[in-house]
Amino acid sequence: MLEVTGATVRFGADAALRRVDFRLFPGEVHSLMGENGAGKSTLIKAITGALALDEGTLTLAGETVSFRDPHAAQAAGIGTVYQEIELLPNLSVAENICLGREPRRGGVISARAMNARAHEFLLDLGLDVDPASTLGTHSLAVQQLVAIARAISADVRVLVLDEPTSSLDLDEVAELFRIIRELKTRGVAILFVSHFLDQVYEICDRVTVLRDGELVGEYLTRELLRIDLVQKMLGRGASELKSRDRLADDEPDAAVVLRARGVSSARGINDADVDLGEGEVLGVAGLLGSGRTSLARALTGVNRLESGVIRIESQDVRLDSPRRAMSLGVVYSSEDRRRDGIVAELSVLDNITLALQSERGILRQIPAARRRELAASWVEALDIRPPDLDRPAGTLSGGNQQKVLLARLLALSPRVLVLDEPTRGIDVGAKVEIQNLVGELADNGMSVVFISAELEEVLRVGDRVAVVRDGRVVRTAAAVELTADSLLALVAQPDEDEE
Amino acid sequence: MNALYKHRLFWPIASLLALIAINAIARPQFIKVTVRDGELYGALVTILKDSAPLMLVALGMTIVIATRGIDLSVGAIMAVSGAVALTIIDGSGSPDNLATVLIAVVVALLVALILGAWNGLLVTVLGIQPIVATLVLMLAGRGAALLITGGEITTVNSAPFKWMSGGYLVALPVAFLIGLLAITIMGLIERRTALGVLTEAVGINPEASRLAGVRARGIIWGAYMVSGILAGVAGLIYASRISAADANAAGVFIELYAILAVVLGGTSLNGGKFSIAGTVVGVFIIQTLDSTILFLGIPSAQSPVFFGFVVAIVVVVQSPRVRTALGSLGGRRRSRGTSGPSTDTVEVAR
Repeated sequence: MLEVTGATVRFGADAALRRVDFRLFPGEVHSLMGENGAGKSTLIKAITGALALDEGTLTLAGETVSFRDPHAAQAAGIGTVYQEIELLPNLSVAENICLGREPRRGGVISARAMNARAHEFLLDLGLDVDPASTLGTHSLAVQQLVAIARAISADVRVLVLDEPTSSLDLDEVAELFRIIRELKTRGVAILFVSHFLDQVYEICDRVTVLRDGELVGEYLTRELLRIDLVQKMLGRGASELKSRDRLADDEPDAAVVLRARGVSSARGINDADVDLGEGEVLGVAGLLGSGRTSLARALTGVNRLESGVIRIESQDVRLDSPRRAMSLGVVYSSEDRRRDGIVAELSVLDNITLALQSERGILRQIPAARRRELAASWVEALDIRPPDLDRPAGTLSGGNQQKVLLARLLALSPRVLVLDEPTRGIDVGAKVEIQNLVGELADNGMSVVFISAELEEVLRVGDRVAVVRDGRVVRTAAAVELTADSLLALVAQPDEDEE
Repeated sequence: MNALYKHRLFWPIASLLALIAINAIARPQFIKVTVRDGELYGALVTILKDSAPLMLVALGMTIVIATRGIDLSVGAIMAVSGAVALTIIDGSGSPDNLATVLIAVVVALLVALILGAWNGLLVTVLGIQPIVATLVLMLAGRGAALLITGGEITTVNSAPFKWMSGGYLVALPVAFLIGLLAITIMGLIERRTALGVLTEAVGINPEASRLAGVRARGIIWGAYMVSGILAGVAGLIYASRISAADANAAGVFIELYAILAVVLGGTSLNGGKFSIAGTVVGVFIIQTLDSTILFLGIPSAQSPVFFGFVVAIVVVVQSPRVRTALGSLGGRRRSRGTSGPSTDTVEVAR
């Protein structure tokens, strides 16, 4: 269906993609795998017309094509759903689906025909949403499915899904996979990019692996062992997660650094108790919307408390702003890097030093040389790539943006680090690096709250695990006493256990 | 050469120089500066002197725009500040007394500061969109100024007050020196404190800045107060120039010219990255254009058309698309910048 040969894309002197071949057959689900900066995004952009090839050819259904812009690619039958949802939250669901190809009656857009058409597509996806409702009022997951509805509402021959599952729950992922299988039977060629190996193995027929802008190879998923896949992506033996001595108690045995009792906030957390010991990692597991993010935000002064007490080192404190929490050594890293993490147009340098500078105050500017030195040391310590301090942070890959965000917070030498899904949407290599980093920080006495949608990760990283469900902390237990299955049972509703 | 060409102030400065060159060719005495009684005279000096009110207002506007806001009330604040000062001087009975004038100036600036703080309150605490919040004062401010002057044009004859607009100090017009002082202070604050980068951070992503511990609300509020007080100074210079408080004429449309100056200087209305130097160049472009119209003897009925025409050319030349086109005309083909796609996503993310 789609074939790319000898694709080369250069940015200035650097080649982001070097003579890469790639093929996609009708009725197959094909995964593109690689670390950050491997060239996945570049290849996708070349296929979807967002970027021009410097060398190489693109063949669609036997014809050589070149797209001037994403619109041309769309017209040729290539639909795309991006990781960051690119819809208009202020318009209705139907308007979003039909945007740019609204059904017209006598030149006038017919709202009724549009709603009816959108309704069809939504039903196709098994999505029970009112097409006339405003998109922004729905959850991220629903918005993601609407984006897919939009992509398939045109006549698609090729559907590109770039990290479609990063904001979805288990149920919703299952729903998405049902839709993907359905499209597959219709002969649509699907390019599926995800960092979740489980998902790749569940849904994909073939895998193409890229590394450093070059093609490593194309494999049948069923013939490729996971460990081999990871090895091919990393170009070396998969780095083992360093093991730490972990506690086997339900209660922290070291001194409690942060203690929350009966914490409730207007948005989503109710009467929660949390104890965080010195040098321990508290994993937090819960579904999207369970209150895991609200809990993190309540503990760090981002959202105000309605009731409850927070004590830091036996002192009752009022955390009424992130700034106040920071001054007490409690820092928060948001789950949504782009929305409220990175300041995209500022340089890596400015992003890393932002929190430290604002803590010092406006008048006490960090001397320029000291700022550079500081930022450079963090770039090196966390292996932020490319190591260019003056590059706008928004141009970095997801994993590197996350590291910049971590560097900003770590520069404050916090006592309590609250990480909300720090590994979401980033590649395996960076993920392992961040997990290792969390372990090292805890070994050096920092207390960490680690939230993740991946249960295995929570179990691997956390000393203890707190399970959040329906805005409550339903159970806190030592990680070594839990298995992925028992944790899943706790996370899911007790009365409708999955599997 | 290439680096110079790519500098973000290249086009604004080139436009300004082109304007001056056209004037100089049309009438060579345009660039002539003479010294009379140890004071500088000439068309260029007049431009420096007359640009002061717009300069002050545009500097404040730059900071407000950097926070992703806009301040439409600056013209009205000018009117209020002039009205307050002249009413005090007029009512004192001793208009030539330096102390009286100083009191008048201080009170007028305090009022301007309060008005700026009011704007900031509406924007930060009440969360009203900047354009709407400052529109309130833009419409109500002139009424308040009329109330202060009792509905009349208050005129005074005060030598110390007149000095602000007409006086000279070390051979330079006082009005220009006030503008220069404001530029210097703003430049120093931007360079020597962290306010510049924190303002940009707040303008680009207010929520991320708040989570990073930046006092976003305080910075935005401060920007409107700075804009208010600078507009107050501008109002005083204007009132000093005509020796009168004319609530209906002071600073009319100046908010729009100030926005134009900021944009000509390369600061985006989307907030974030800003350039004080760019705004200064932008103000000089507008002021030079203004005197070009007088200088070339263009009839006043046609002057807005001429003004609009030239501004349109400058804006078009500075637009990204034309710049890219001119760039590829001028040299070898440049590779597609990495910033292209990424800035797009930034737009979308908003």
